[in-house]
Amino acid sequence: MEMAKQEWKFTTKDIAEKPDLFLSGHRACAGCVPTTVLRLIMKALRGPTIVTQATGCMEVVSSIYPYTSWAVPWLHTAFETAAANASGIEAALKALKRKGRLKHEHVDVIAIAGDGGTYDIGFQALSGAVERGHDFLFVLYDNEAYMNTGIQRSGGTPKGAATTTSPAGTAIPGKLEYKKPIADIMVAHEIPYVATASPYYWRDLLEKVRKGLEVEGPAFLHVLAPCPRGWRSDQAKSIEYSRLAVETCVFPLWEAVNGQYQLSVASKLIALAPQKKRPVTDYLQGQGRFRHLFSPQNKHLLEDFQRITDERWRRLLAKCGVSAKP
Amino acid sequence: MSAREKSWKEIAPAGVCSRTSTTFLTGDWKTYMPVRDLEKCTRCLLCVLFCPDGAIHWKQEKSDIEFDYNFCKGCGICANECPTKAITMKVE
Amino acid sequence: MKSVVKQERMALSGDEAVAYAVKQSDVDVVAAYPITPQTIIVERFSEYVANGEVQTEFVCTESEHSALTACLAASVTGARAFTATASAGLALMHEMLFVTSGCRAPVVMAIANRALSAPLNIHGDHSDSMAQRDSGWIQLYAENAQEVYDSIIQAFRIAEDINVLLPVMVGLDGFTLSHTLENVDTLPDEVVKQFIGSRKFPNVLTHEGKMAPFKLDPDNPMTMGPIALPNYYFEFKRQQEEAMKNALSIIKQVNSEYAKISGRSYGNGLIEPYCLEEAEVAAVCLGSTAGTMKTVVDELRAKGVKAGLLRLRTFRPLPVEDLRSALCNVKAVAVMDKCMSFGGNGGPVYHEIRHVLYDADVRPYVVNYIYGLGGRDSTGTAKYLRGSPADSSGKAC
Ligand SMILES: Cc1ncc(C[n+]2csc(CCOP(=O)(O)OP(=O)(O)O)c2C)c(N)n1
Ligand code: SF4
Ligand code: SF4
Ligand code: SF4
Ligand SMILES: [Mg+2]
Repeated sequence: MEMAKQEWKFTTKDIAEKPDLFLSGHRACAGCVPTTVLRLIMKALRGPTIVTQATGCMEVVSSIYPYTSWAVPWLHTAFETAAANASGIEAALKALKRKGRLKHEHVDVIAIAGDGGTYDIGFQALSGAVERGHDFLFVLYDNEAYMNTGIQRSGGTPKGAATTTSPAGTAIPGKLEYKKPIADIMVAHEIPYVATASPYYWRDLLEKVRKGLEVEGPAFLHVLAPCPRGWRSDQAKSIEYSRLAVETCVFPLWEAVNGQYQLSVASKLIALAPQKKRPVTDYLQGQGRFRHLFSPQNKHLLEDFQRITDERWRRLLAKCGVSAKP
Repeated sequence: MSAREKSWKEIAPAGVCSRTSTTFLTGDWKTYMPVRDLEKCTRCLLCVLFCPDGAIHWKQEKSDIEFDYNFCKGCGICANECPTKAITMKVE
Repeated sequence: MKSVVKQERMALSGDEAVAYAVKQSDVDVVAAYPITPQTIIVERFSEYVANGEVQTEFVCTESEHSALTACLAASVTGARAFTATASAGLALMHEMLFVTSGCRAPVVMAIANRALSAPLNIHGDHSDSMAQRDSGWIQLYAENAQEVYDSIIQAFRIAEDINVLLPVMVGLDGFTLSHTLENVDTLPDEVVKQFIGSRKFPNVLTHEGKMAPFKLDPDNPMTMGPIALPNYYFEFKRQQEEAMKNALSIIKQVNSEYAKISGRSYGNGLIEPYCLEEAEVAAVCLGSTAGTMKTVVDELRAKGVKAGLLRLRTFRPLPVEDLRSALCNVKAVAVMDKCMSFGGNGGPVYHEIRHVLYDADVRPYVVNYIYGLGGRDSTGTAKYLRGSPADSSGKAC
């Protein structure tokens, strides 16, 4: 399975025609983009695949017994175990193949977890699994809080966001800590493929899923997945937010192949034409979790949000070898 | 709480699911439903890709898309993302 | 027994006996994490892997939590999986023990029984596995390295029986068994392989409406480990309880089949009575203590005391009927616990034995002795059979 042996070419129609492997009838809230992400991801499979998932919204809404939304073999065990599940599945497939008991030439393994199951409780298992080099794709759908248990803060919640464990109070204005740069941390594990993606840029997302599957060894895909319930935002705008996050460089799109960073098209266009970079307020306004940042006494927080966004963007450009234009 | 249809003797062990969620209709969750202006629609299929509920299908035989109101939850993403503003959300 | 096969006598510690049995059991995936006094198991097994003596995929995980999780996932993918741990490692697995049994994954695990912190102590007692009593795992406790070897092999047969399909823990006392060299008669590789056979899978109804083997297979997709609401959760727990009941007869059957090829059996597989017939006083214990106790019983018998011993080999499922009929005719029973149930008025084995005897027509006196915590030597064992039938921790009933 060499990396990008043959480029995967597809039209919108090809994808629309592909039968869903993540099925309708799931119980996610209306306008839940994490489910759009799952639907899209499942359209990028290249062959026999086993999916395993951490506890969280996407697991709960898709597997309420006796119903399942998974047309592929699927396993859930616990909250912090997505990567350990993948390790065990991949090890089993290897052993069975070696002993001539596997029917398939190759079976892809995908582990899916939310931000809680990735940044926080599942991080040890993830770090261990990629260090061991298991051949699997880990997909983080990042809705930036523990939504399943009622919107609590995670290591992936942005600074300033109000959650039920970091409420915007009179003394403390929402979460005090910055979002952990999880994808960079995964690059630091020196794994062959790490990328960020956003469902608005669905083509880029699908290509990255495919690359993550094709690469030999661990791959990590960080997908921003707006959650209207947790973000206190308009359901209809969930995909729009996944675009605005990229256009404001709050969530730039890039990939690191064997540690080599490069910007993906949507973000590269902004790098080349910096006037296209929108202010973070375009992304933040309308999201109820950031509403308090717009009150006069929190002006500094809004500025800080812009500052950290710019700083991280500059650092990314440097890693990608793009010189920051004024 | 939904009903129990089978006894412990009849069901598979360990919670192996016995049916797909496509038999669980979510269409009655919606307040608004998407209605498409056939004239404006360019069949770009973006709505098909973005719908969280897989409730818009591309029908090759008709060369057209079709809403499946059995699953549409009325979120309005399709209307918001449609490049030609062909979809409007109407009270059901 | 004519069909008993020729065996090779090896000098093995309990841990080495585990590793050797696993090597012979055609295990597909071993995922484990080191902890004293289990570590020798994974070290020996790593050597087999490094020297190409096994085809097993060895996953050296970053924690016991992931070790068991990987075994569980491997098992439901169709592999035979094994892990080993002790003490803190088992405690760290706690969450996943329930998930493993709930997923009906027939993982086999050796526990080199060790005390729990704090204070930290690496020596043998049963606090670790007793704390996992209700996790849905079958629990076997071995008396010596020979039984450790035999029990690991049997454990795969028991766990994978489609009427059981439950994970099995085999307990071996930390250091007393794990680190002590003994003579162990080992079966030829082929005999072990044949005895265990290949993994079997019951056919289950999938969401596609098909009957398919119970495993993750792209040709027959199925959803494992979903969320079950109050309308169905209980049903799956009931199934597990039925499987535990089935295990009682399967353990006996495996014990007697194994006796035919090896010439060795351990009581009926569930309990092992020693001089219990016509005994007036009896002790109940688990694991290696039974070896010492048998000597004590012999001594007492020589002195005219009608003493006997019951070794509980299978702690889960609890062989209620076997225990009751074996003990109901003695006058007094001393139950020995290598574990404290804080505030519980006696140790866990004591609770079980009292519970079993409650329904006996004539109830013997039952007293409890907590002994050997944190590896304390239990010399002078004879006193357990001499003491007064009633003491502060266990009143005569
Ligand atoms: C060990 C453990 N701790 C806590 C929980 C409770 N819990 C279940 S899901 C969840 C949050 C999931 O958050 P995330 O991974 O971000 O997924 P989301 O629900 O946001 O999609 C928590 C805290 C659990 N199931 N297991
Ligand atoms: S809470 Fe958010 S992530 Fe969870 S189902 Fe609802 S919209 Fe989706
Ligand atoms: S997004 Fe709009 S134009 Fe495109 S297919 Fe859907 S309705 Fe038609
Ligand atoms: S309203 Fe939402 S659920 Fe309904 S078809 Fe449009 S995108 Fe799908
Ligand atoms: Mg989340």
